[in-house]
Amino acid sequence: MTTAREYDAIVIGGGHNGLVNAAYLGKAGLNTLVLERRHLVGGATVTEELFPGYKYSVASYVVSLLRPEIIRDLQLPRHGLEILPLESTITPLPNGDYLGRWADHDQTRRDLYRHSPKDAEAYDDFGTLMYQLAWAVKPILGMIPPNPISPSIRDLRTMLKLGGHLRNLTETQFHALFKLMTMSSADFLDEWFESEVLKATMSASGIIGTFLGPRSPGTAYVLLHHYLGEIDGAFRAWGFAKGGNGMVAESIASAARSHSVEIRTEAAVDHVLTRNGRAVGVVLESGEEIRAKTIISGLDPKLTFLKLLEPNDLPDDFLDSIRKYRIRGSSGKVNLSLSELPDFTCLPGVGPHLRGAISVSPSVEYLERAYDDAKYGAFSRRPYLDIVIPSMIDPGMAPAGRHVMSIFVQYAPFHLKGGWTDTQREAFGDTVIDTLAEYAPNIKDVILHRQVMTPLDLQEEMGLTEGNIFHGDLSLNQLFFFRPTTAWSQYRTPVRNFYQCGSGTHPGGGVCGAPGRHAALEILKDLKR
Amino acid sequence: MNRTGAGAPTAVKGTPFHERTQALCQGKNWRRWSGFVSASSYDLTHEHEYHAIRSAAGLIDISPLYKYRICGSDAETLADRVVTRDITKLAVGQVCYTPWCDSDGKVRDDGTLHRLADSDFRLTSAEPTLLWLHENAEGLKVEIKEETEQVGALALQGPRSLNILNEITDGALAELRYFHVIQTQIEGISVHISRTGYTGDLGYEIWVDASDAVPLWDTIFRNGVKHGLAPAGLLALDIARVEAGLLLIDVDYMPAHRAVIESRKSSPFELGLGWTVSLDKRNYVGRTALREEQSRPTEWEFRGLEIDWLSLEDAYAEVDLPPQIPGMTLRESVPVYAEEEQVGYATSRSWSPTVKKYLALAHLQAKYAKIGTELKIEITVEHQRRTAIARVAKTPFFNPARKRATFDVVRTP
Repeated sequence: MTTAREYDAIVIGGGHNGLVNAAYLGKAGLNTLVLERRHLVGGATVTEELFPGYKYSVASYVVSLLRPEIIRDLQLPRHGLEILPLESTITPLPNGDYLGRWADHDQTRRDLYRHSPKDAEAYDDFGTLMYQLAWAVKPILGMIPPNPISPSIRDLRTMLKLGGHLRNLTETQFHALFKLMTMSSADFLDEWFESEVLKATMSASGIIGTFLGPRSPGTAYVLLHHYLGEIDGAFRAWGFAKGGNGMVAESIASAARSHSVEIRTEAAVDHVLTRNGRAVGVVLESGEEIRAKTIISGLDPKLTFLKLLEPNDLPDDFLDSIRKYRIRGSSGKVNLSLSELPDFTCLPGVGPHLRGAISVSPSVEYLERAYDDAKYGAFSRRPYLDIVIPSMIDPGMAPAGRHVMSIFVQYAPFHLKGGWTDTQREAFGDTVIDTLAEYAPNIKDVILHRQVMTPLDLQEEMGLTEGNIFHGDLSLNQLFFFRPTTAWSQYRTPVRNFYQCGSGTHPGGGVCGAPGRHAALEILKDLKR
Repeated sequence: MNRTGAGAPTAVKGTPFHERTQALCQGKNWRRWSGFVSASSYDLTHEHEYHAIRSAAGLIDISPLYKYRICGSDAETLADRVVTRDITKLAVGQVCYTPWCDSDGKVRDDGTLHRLADSDFRLTSAEPTLLWLHENAEGLKVEIKEETEQVGALALQGPRSLNILNEITDGALAELRYFHVIQTQIEGISVHISRTGYTGDLGYEIWVDASDAVPLWDTIFRNGVKHGLAPAGLLALDIARVEAGLLLIDVDYMPAHRAVIESRKSSPFELGLGWTVSLDKRNYVGRTALREEQSRPTEWEFRGLEIDWLSLEDAYAEVDLPPQIPGMTLRESVPVYAEEEQVGYATSRSWSPTVKKYLALAHLQAKYAKIGTELKIEITVEHQRRTAIARVAKTPFFNPARKRATFDVVRTP
């Protein structure tokens, strides 16, 4: 069965990057089709009403990295995107104390001062440095990675631009950047701070989505990655999409449709059709065959090259590098419906702290021990939790007076000893709730519903290989012109007319959209559009 | 459940005098200052408070200043290592105003350093400085203690300040010379009194244990009323300090460690503080860079500007209005031109009710900074950008003899 119509472009996967890609192609006049396996678009950027009235940002749950140029180009606010601020982070401690970092500088300083007067000062110095580095590194997000092996004229120009940009850094800044690229987040933070809780809760940004501990080299870069986000020009600002993270995808999809992009859900692609080293179409799991001049995959590199194509479509060395591409799942999600708000021992009652993030990361040792469990194939007995209560910011997320809570959980290894079973999933969920109950004892009494997402669930439901939320580790050997592999970091692939646009390409994961946009710009360049 | 908002424990604080100041603050006109609330003005307008400072006395709560004590056998070494002035020459009982720099010789902050005893210093600063002091104290036998919240501070400024204080102390205050400090008692309350201030007038700053703050306030007030004492807020102070030609951090310069680009940083020479830089004392933070800078001509100077009244009048006459002058210090940076070329920028502007001139403090390229040079400053007249003539002038604009005078007997000025 073949659809008679031939498209200019088919995007495989309706995640946020696939949608961004399609929207840009559509905007340029290409007759574009998006094929999504699930019943809704968004991939890992979805809002689902799993229980009547309770909306969960099932997987990704906050926004910061979404590129401002995408918001502008696609006019996303007109298509329903509204980002509400997530202003604070509190870290409750087992002794009933807490560390709060707030929107207000003085208030943050006071809180830090209670833990360490020196850290209260160092925190500002650190912020200044990270601001400078984020400003220095930010243009890299917008660059098409040059090919360092056989550079084209354009690649040389990009490298020159990069060099020129980094030349503006002072010696101190350059040294710090190098440290960030190579050190562990905890070691890097040890150079700055003395209070355990501050180091722990900050180093947690360095482990999110990686199968590494806070003392593993390479995690400091992930720390910087989290500083690169910006909202309305403010670096490191985190926000919450009104209606849940699914609204990010919905708004992009709406923008795409406004450019005549066709989006088909429940249309799983089985494989890409090739003829003489060229992609010519796709075959759906239903057997339906759809032709297009250009095919783009928004899936991760493993699925893109090992599932969608036949091994003989690709060169051996390329296949080898994709097989070796590291994509290790390390996290899970627990989403809750609550009859009442959690009552934290450290800050009893309802307060502004419930509008921000709540980070269970009391000490570096706690995080490192959590990693130890995972290294040997168990989920953490006491995991790192990053919690938000979206209904505190957007009352539309739950029935009036009720709440939803999103808990990002690390570590949960994909390769669990004995494998993930329903029993293991529930045991994992119980561990998360038990951990939270140590800080908010009423939690068990107020849970109405619970959804537990293991890395296996993230793989099966969201199509994230091994449940890796970034489509591959954000380690230096897999970034920039190494992402996903040298020589193929410019969104093209060894198969002509076949492109990649997922988080497995530069600049990587997070609800960022840049891979989708860059890929579209490259495709349009190839098509001379 | 407690519904009052759990963020409360870390909300902004009142100073040790808050109980009194909040009762007096009629306009509820508060400003944030280093995490404390501080009155912009107590009356509904600040005019009376300004005039109290210049003609009688104003009492200003300056407790939010950061305060540090540096004690121990190496206290002098540390103090000397961090500031630009030669502290080995600072006698016990003396106070100096000084900036301090980063290792590139760029100003981090400025404040006063009090030598309370041979090995006991008090440093006041606008920015938190504890970590920085510690970093420079490596290997020294010193104890660095922050006393920002433990010590309340009041500035009693104006011609009557001496009379007010002399009547409630043992009378030794007349002999307290400019930029000196003594330890004494005010009606049984132990205090340090320094003859310092931010108004360029006769004045004192009183440093007291926070637990004695309220009784101290009451005592000064009780005695001050007959001398025309008024509580004064930051708006009045801001006019007085411009008249005195005194810099304000974050307004007239950016602390070097907060600057994200190099051009935002200033050296002491560029801030008119060359007189505070000792180049031949023992090594200290920034000395190498400052020596190097001193060997070449300064690119920037920090100067006073007097805005020409007639040219202001002309500019307003064109739209049929009399000149509109600011009632308070304006803190937006505006360009300064020589002919058509921008040669600087004014960071503070204020009408001076005392010298009856429109004044500004400005960063000027050195070749345009000679006293008397005629430049132009941007003004906005009815939504239109224009310029008015501004002449480079000496600061302080207002410098009464009483500021540094020595008094044998106390007399009513």
